[in-house]
Amino acid sequence: METLSIYVPKLVTKGEYIASGHRACSGCGEVLAVRYVCKALGRNSIISMATGCMEIISSPLPESAWEVPWIHTLFENASAVASGIESGIKALKRKHGYTKEVKVVAMGGDGGTADIGLQSLSGALERGHDFLYVCYDNEAYMNTGIQRSSETPFGASTTTAPAGKKSMGQHTWKKNMAAIAAAHNIPYVATSCSSYPFDIMAKVEKAVKVKGPSYIHILSVCPTGWRCRSSQTIKVGRLAVETGIFPVYEIENGQYKLNIDLLHLRPIEDYLKVQGRYRHLTKDSIAEIQVKVVEEYNKVRQLAGLKVIK
Amino acid sequence: MTSKRTGIESSLAIAEAVKLANTDVIAAYPITPQTHIVEGLAEMVANGELDAEYIPVESEHSAMSACLGSSAVGARTFTATAGQGLILMHEVLLVAASMRLPIVMTVANRALSGPLNVWGDQSDVMSVRDSGWIQIFVENGQQAFDQVICAFYIAEHPDVLLPTMINVDGFHVSHVIESVEMLDRKTVDGFLPPYKHKYALDPDNPVTMGCFAAPNMYTETRKDLDTVLRDSRKVILDVWRKWAELTGRHYRPIEQYKADKAETLLVTVGGYSENAMDAIDKMQKEGKKVGLVRVRLWRPFPIEETVQALSGASNVIVFDRAISLGGPAPICSEIRSALYSVDRKPRIASIVGGLGGRDVSPADFEKIVELGLERIKDGRADETYMYGVRE
Repeated sequence: METLSIYVPKLVTKGEYIASGHRACSGCGEVLAVRYVCKALGRNSIISMATGCMEIISSPLPESAWEVPWIHTLFENASAVASGIESGIKALKRKHGYTKEVKVVAMGGDGGTADIGLQSLSGALERGHDFLYVCYDNEAYMNTGIQRSSETPFGASTTTAPAGKKSMGQHTWKKNMAAIAAAHNIPYVATSCSSYPFDIMAKVEKAVKVKGPSYIHILSVCPTGWRCRSSQTIKVGRLAVETGIFPVYEIENGQYKLNIDLLHLRPIEDYLKVQGRYRHLTKDSIAEIQVKVVEEYNKVRQLAGLKVIK
Repeated sequence: MTSKRTGIESSLAIAEAVKLANTDVIAAYPITPQTHIVEGLAEMVANGELDAEYIPVESEHSAMSACLGSSAVGARTFTATAGQGLILMHEVLLVAASMRLPIVMTVANRALSGPLNVWGDQSDVMSVRDSGWIQIFVENGQQAFDQVICAFYIAEHPDVLLPTMINVDGFHVSHVIESVEMLDRKTVDGFLPPYKHKYALDPDNPVTMGCFAAPNMYTETRKDLDTVLRDSRKVILDVWRKWAELTGRHYRPIEQYKADKAETLLVTVGGYSENAMDAIDKMQKEGKKVGLVRVRLWRPFPIEETVQALSGASNVIVFDRAISLGGPAPICSEIRSALYSVDRKPRIASIVGGLGGRDVSPADFEKIVELGLERIKDGRADETYMYGVRE
């Protein structure tokens, strides 16, 4: 096992498609995820990106961190732009002698995907365009200053759903984007996390190979918005997976597969206590979250044909 | 040149023009009164008459967004919309212009909600006036056919690379069956150069499109866009000259109808101009010194031609088919401003009418001229007057 872990990273391309020198916060998990996704995509790709952290940190005129063709237009339309790119290339191939095999990829944050961009994403998935959508989910509008989104987890404090004397912060449970994407009957859906580079890369490689739309939802640790130490990014992401609050799985042609199959979940408190956004939670609310986490984790287990755990 | 005269609905003539231009991608969402255009195109694609990708998007916002994507990879791109659809697109229109993507769009001009009204009105295009698009008005099916083909040439010209909007009055032009002279594919191929985007999204030559601009850069980007839009005038005139050589049909930024020696000039935009022409014919027969001036090119606004066409008259009566709530009517406002620095200024009356599909007949235009002259005489010309309001 040890030799394998030394050997495997050497198989990863040395090519970098998002250049260093971008303006991401220190410890940003999202830009790490972007880096892994781009490594797996390679240079024959066109990226359509929604407005958000990754757009802002990578493209201040007249500079760019992108080594692949990249287009940013607006917040809510990355998928629609991607559908135009894919259709344009199809027409060029048929009519004008275009021969390149190009991977069309749309990317957005949780706001650009699950809130304002949900309609255009759903439209593009339903129409069956051959493209990959990657959601980098850092669980709030971090770019504009940590406002809540529909991906903000229950109990987290944000600037527009702050914890206070009469509020425990976010009072809704996280929207299940992977299930929404899968409900479009697309061939490939997956979740992953910024702390698992090989999982991300393997899934991107798989996603771009399928014909038709694919969707990958990547939990991306945000030390700035989660109020955790920027040196702890990888650890916090691993805790999200090991506590079961963010299950890592694939849905291939409707078939669920739990990639990181845990028989014993770590207590959710391990994950919550290292983040300032949960600092205000009482023992009771932590217990409530713990119940829900196991319940949701078991739902995925059941869908994957696995036995439920306690 | 080979051409054929056909009786055809204007919307279908527009679809024919898009087909003759060998368009690569059409992304559209249904909205009255634009639907016949894209239905026509969908049918052509389904029958294999037009080899194109038709993207049946889920909203107008996505229609224009998909157009951004296809145009950015170098595919010739078309869409059509109307009224609320144009307003939902508004955000994306701005990006199409600033990213210099030569998308061609027809707008079947329609009223804006509320109350909901699907009929003709030019308030929709007036709301997107400042979006950076080249904006052209037509008055009938033939002009719509001609201008759509010219629009691809103008938009995709390397000195322009700007999206171009052809405005067609909803129903009164879009749904009318007219005699239209159609060109054949070979003639159009000879006229229209192929689209080649110099900086298309291409993995072999990666470009970054759509950077954000901080205060130290933003002003320069806007100046650049404004300059290109203003300078597009040269190409527009050149393309129209070439079109006249090919077809014998002439277009000018500001067009006149029996306007020589007229003391009073009526100004109109779009399809109702033809009703106004009938009114002018009749009034001239009665010995009245009236003429007609029509605005064809709305952006870039032809200030020089406006001054030339109007400064010799004593009275100008501007008829707007759009309302600017709480402000001066849009076309009149522009015309007043263009004439402000002229030494001998005509007196200008502003009349708004024909909103939400209400007919304005030749007889109405006679009344509008009389009314305008009365208001000028009474010193009430500065107020905008709404014609035909039922009390």
